[in-house]
Amino acid sequence: MIDIYTMGIDVGSTTSKCLILKNGKEITGKSLVGVGAGTSGPERAIQSVLSSSKLELEDLDYIMSTGYGRHTIEIADSEMSELSCHARGAYFQFPNVRTIIDIGGQDAKVLHVGDDGMLVNFAMNDKCSAGTGRFLEVMARALEVNVEELASMSQLSKNNITISSTCTVFAESEVISQLAKNTDRCDIIKGIHRSIASRVGALARRNGVIDDVVMTGGVAKNRGVLHALEEELGHKIYTSELAQYNGALGAALFAYQKLSR
Amino acid sequence: MNDVKKDLKKPAKIMLREIVDKVYAEAWEAKKRGEPVGWSSSKFPAEIAETLGLKVCYPENQAAAIAAKHGGKRMCEYAESLGYDNDICGYARISLAFAAGAECEEKPMPQPDFLLCCNNICNCMTKWYENIARMHNIPLIMIDIPYNNTPEVNDENITYIRAQFENAIKQLEKISGKKFNTEKFKRVCENANRTAKAWLKACSFCQYKPSPLSGFDLFNHMAVVVTARCRKESAEAFEALAAEYEESVNNGTSTWHYDENYRIMFEGIPCWPELQNLFRPLKEKGINTTAIVYAPAFGFVYNNMDEMIRAYCKAPNSVCLETGVDWREGICRENKVDGILVHYNRSCKPWSGYMPEMERRFRKDLGVAVVGFDGDQADPRNFANAQYITRVEGLYEIMESKKNGGL
Ligand code: SF4
Repeated sequence: MIDIYTMGIDVGSTTSKCLILKNGKEITGKSLVGVGAGTSGPERAIQSVLSSSKLELEDLDYIMSTGYGRHTIEIADSEMSELSCHARGAYFQFPNVRTIIDIGGQDAKVLHVGDDGMLVNFAMNDKCSAGTGRFLEVMARALEVNVEELASMSQLSKNNITISSTCTVFAESEVISQLAKNTDRCDIIKGIHRSIASRVGALARRNGVIDDVVMTGGVAKNRGVLHALEEELGHKIYTSELAQYNGALGAALFAYQKLSR
Repeated sequence: MNDVKKDLKKPAKIMLREIVDKVYAEAWEAKKRGEPVGWSSSKFPAEIAETLGLKVCYPENQAAAIAAKHGGKRMCEYAESLGYDNDICGYARISLAFAAGAECEEKPMPQPDFLLCCNNICNCMTKWYENIARMHNIPLIMIDIPYNNTPEVNDENITYIRAQFENAIKQLEKISGKKFNTEKFKRVCENANRTAKAWLKACSFCQYKPSPLSGFDLFNHMAVVVTARCRKESAEAFEALAAEYEESVNNGTSTWHYDENYRIMFEGIPCWPELQNLFRPLKEKGINTTAIVYAPAFGFVYNNMDEMIRAYCKAPNSVCLETGVDWREGICRENKVDGILVHYNRSCKPWSGYMPEMERRFRKDLGVAVVGFDGDQADPRNFANAQYITRVEGLYEIMESKKNGGL
């Protein structure tokens, strides 16, 4: 039997992700470049996944693009919104998933999938970066720490601090004034995570939270936010190492489906 | 006679456009003659001013026209420079800017000599009109319609509103210098009823599959129900429109020139500055709008004063959730929609505020795909096209998977 290779490209606002699937099941490679739509990111991500998979562009049977910059990918055979792709990717990884919380660079969305893994409905943040990856980046900069350090530092928090502004700019000044008061940075970070959790939690409650809940997107790597969300919603939340590649995975799965139809 | 015949042959949409132009032209002429000209909220009982022969302009209609011609941002910023917050409804900001003298070539109209405000629209309207009354030092005739917590309008409210109607008539008699003629009032009401029936009839053609019209057309045509519902020619124009749709159904033609893969209800006021952007992804995916809330909201028919008062108690933002849900679910069923696209309108808090609960009801009761997007009816700064496109694609994909049992 000839192997079928499909590629999903997820061009987000701040990152580009690629993933190649063999026969709709096996991941042969994945790549991530830290810049997104309108940059060299997508091209670099494509080259990188091809070389790590030891494949050429010609070896790919179908390419599906998704994400904010999905329309800009000329080599794509077709495109699909990141909503359906996230639903499909999460269902592939967690067949019992019903609610997906995806927090990316500039948006946060909560998706519901049916028991067949199809998207049923969704709610997205409005035009505001609060509760997204960008919000965390701005806060990390104000605190002079790396985004990657936020999770472990939040675990050391001993006191509850509330960051009440939902506006990124105002929240940043709140953080700065906490620093000026010599508040422990770990406490501030935990406060920031709770602030994201309460905003995203409100979005999730709009349409109801149904188990199993899965978190995807770059922010899922931050276990501090994940735990804050678990506390906020009172539900266990699953995630995986592929959280950030979930949209690309879904796109690659849809690409495979297109061929098998 | 010949003229009338010729007129009847005109395409209805031209007839409708001419009626709105005439409303404004007559207001300008009245102003030139030194007669008082009013500004009115869209659901003030227009029958009263019409009976007294007073010429009236409609700030909501003006604001929509300005916004559609891309003057919204400039006018909103002008109002903000006067100290009005950018959270205030975009129609109000545009109107306040215009009343304060902002230049506006998009849709000029005479400045007001009196104001007719009815808060069945919303309570932002009350403050907006009070501000203009102060700015121009002119009389404000106010009709306060209590919010209806129940589907039925209670009798105390009718008594309360009737007294206000009577008071409004007295105040307007003074302003116009004319006596209120009940015979003429009857004729005016007959026209209003005939217009409403014809409007509802025209809207009802959306139920055909495929629809003989693009539902977005109704957003333009509704200007006549707002500004000229008491005129005979409005009734005639809508009757002509309905006849055209009937003919289209028979001929298999439509003003929607694309595939009709899916049919949706568009919930809320459209983003006037972004009509093209709103329309594009819908036409690309073959999604026709076959239901709009304005159909039932402006199609009210009554037989006497009490019924007329009850009718004016029912505006999109003055009815309780249950009535609001009934209206919408009724037109969704009639017009066989597969999905609903909800505009979370930054301008219109009362309308957007109860949409999350309505969304839940629609999903439960109708089982259709429901998706919301953020935007604004008049201020283009509150709309992001890429976000809108993603949401429409999401809606499309849900409808596809419902239809095909998967994508
Ligand atoms: S758009 Fe909404 S807030 Fe503005 S005047 Fe109309 S009802 Fe009121």
